[in-house]
Amino acid sequence: MKPHLAFALSALLGSSALQAAEAQLTVQIPRLDVAEYHRPYVAIWLENDAGHVADLTVWYDTELRDDEGEKWLKDLRQWWRRSGRGLDLPIDGISAATRPPGSHDLALQDLPAFKELAPGDYELVVEAAREVGGRELLKVPFSWPVTSAADLQAQGSRELGQVRLQLTP
Amino acid sequence: MKLLKRLSVLAVAATLPLTADAHRAWMVPSSTVLSGEAPWVTVDAAAGNGIFYFDHFPIMLEGVGTPPANSNRQPAPLTITAPDGSEAEPQNGHLGRLRSSFDLQLEQKGTYKIAIANSGRVMGMYELNGERKRVMGSLDEIVKQIPADAEKVNIIRSDSRMELFVTSGNPTEEVLKATGQGLELQPVTHPNDLYADEAAEFVFLLDGQPAPGLEIALIPAGSRYRDSEQARELTTDADGKVSIEWGQAGLFWLEAEYKQTEGLEAPVTQRRASYSTTFEVLAP
Repeated sequence: MKPHLAFALSALLGSSALQAAEAQLTVQIPRLDVAEYHRPYVAIWLENDAGHVADLTVWYDTELRDDEGEKWLKDLRQWWRRSGRGLDLPIDGISAATRPPGSHDLALQDLPAFKELAPGDYELVVEAAREVGGRELLKVPFSWPVTSAADLQAQGSRELGQVRLQLTP
Repeated sequence: MKLLKRLSVLAVAATLPLTADAHRAWMVPSSTVLSGEAPWVTVDAAAGNGIFYFDHFPIMLEGVGTPPANSNRQPAPLTITAPDGSEAEPQNGHLGRLRSSFDLQLEQKGTYKIAIANSGRVMGMYELNGERKRVMGSLDEIVKQIPADAEKVNIIRSDSRMELFVTSGNPTEEVLKATGQGLELQPVTHPNDLYADEAAEFVFLLDGQPAPGLEIALIPAGSRYRDSEQARELTTDADGKVSIEWGQAGLFWLEAEYKQTEGLEAPVTQRRASYSTTFEVLAP
């Protein structure tokens, strides 16, 4: 079989087409002019009508002695309720260090949760909570699998900047 | 030990309010929803006029701080139940002039219950030569102490229960089981899973049975900073259930009181039961 024909066939057959889709997430953490700045804790997960679907990542202070950083995870209060309080942290592939102000890219299609994601309507949820600071939650609705290219965005006002989900079939 | 504890409970002076016009008593927690390994909470217990304002007296608790040498008041029993049903101990207890306080380390994951409960307490009240008297003790002792020429004799049997729930990690159900004595809360909605934009449902039990028509008062914290206390009066339905729309996040104080004057076994003339708790309602 010629290579280009194999590609066309697998595209038609679907499953390989799902794997080919891209979901590029960009989360902006704003630089804040405050007297005492700590990097925010950030949880990113998927929800649908039935509730929590899967955690994608949680950024928190993973370096502190005796897992002391987990003490503040409850401040990601929506995530804590939907998922965090039932988890035994840290979790490989989910727990990650906090990130500095700037733009952070995540190739969601490479995450296990996305590889197994059933077709349907979802919301990508990004929640940020900052020590001595505030809390903000943004949602980006999308459908899976990707049928046409989409550039979906939500704009934060303080603890988060732009959250952008770029989907490519 | 068990007998000793029981005796001391019976000998307790009016540590918790017995009448509607008494001060309100409450426990206030540093937080009720916690994350991390073995987090700590601290709890203050006091009685006063304002809800969660330390303006009158501490609640003296067994094993919490040292009572003043001249105190003739008996401390109330404090029972802390861990998620697995075992008893946990308060730490760093302190008895102050306006509040008592203690710490608790949540070494297990799940829901803890902190309870100050007295059951089957009996009190006699009467008037003699126009003077009001009060006697405590067992029913027999009380009957013996009341003079034959006493007037307006009232013998009151009461159960009181004040509870607080705190959860580390996932909320659990073990500590929510009712004891079957006095007034109790039977949560439909978990007491550590309360949100300002969601209604919560609770069933109230009297001696383990649903208590229909029970009157409940609900007061949000912060009354000092507004004109009205914003107390709400709720009544349980035929199934003993009440549904609460919080309307705001924050701490709430809830109290239910039951009073019965008929159908009691002599010489008891009145039966009272009270339940109070502090809820923390989170922002959605």
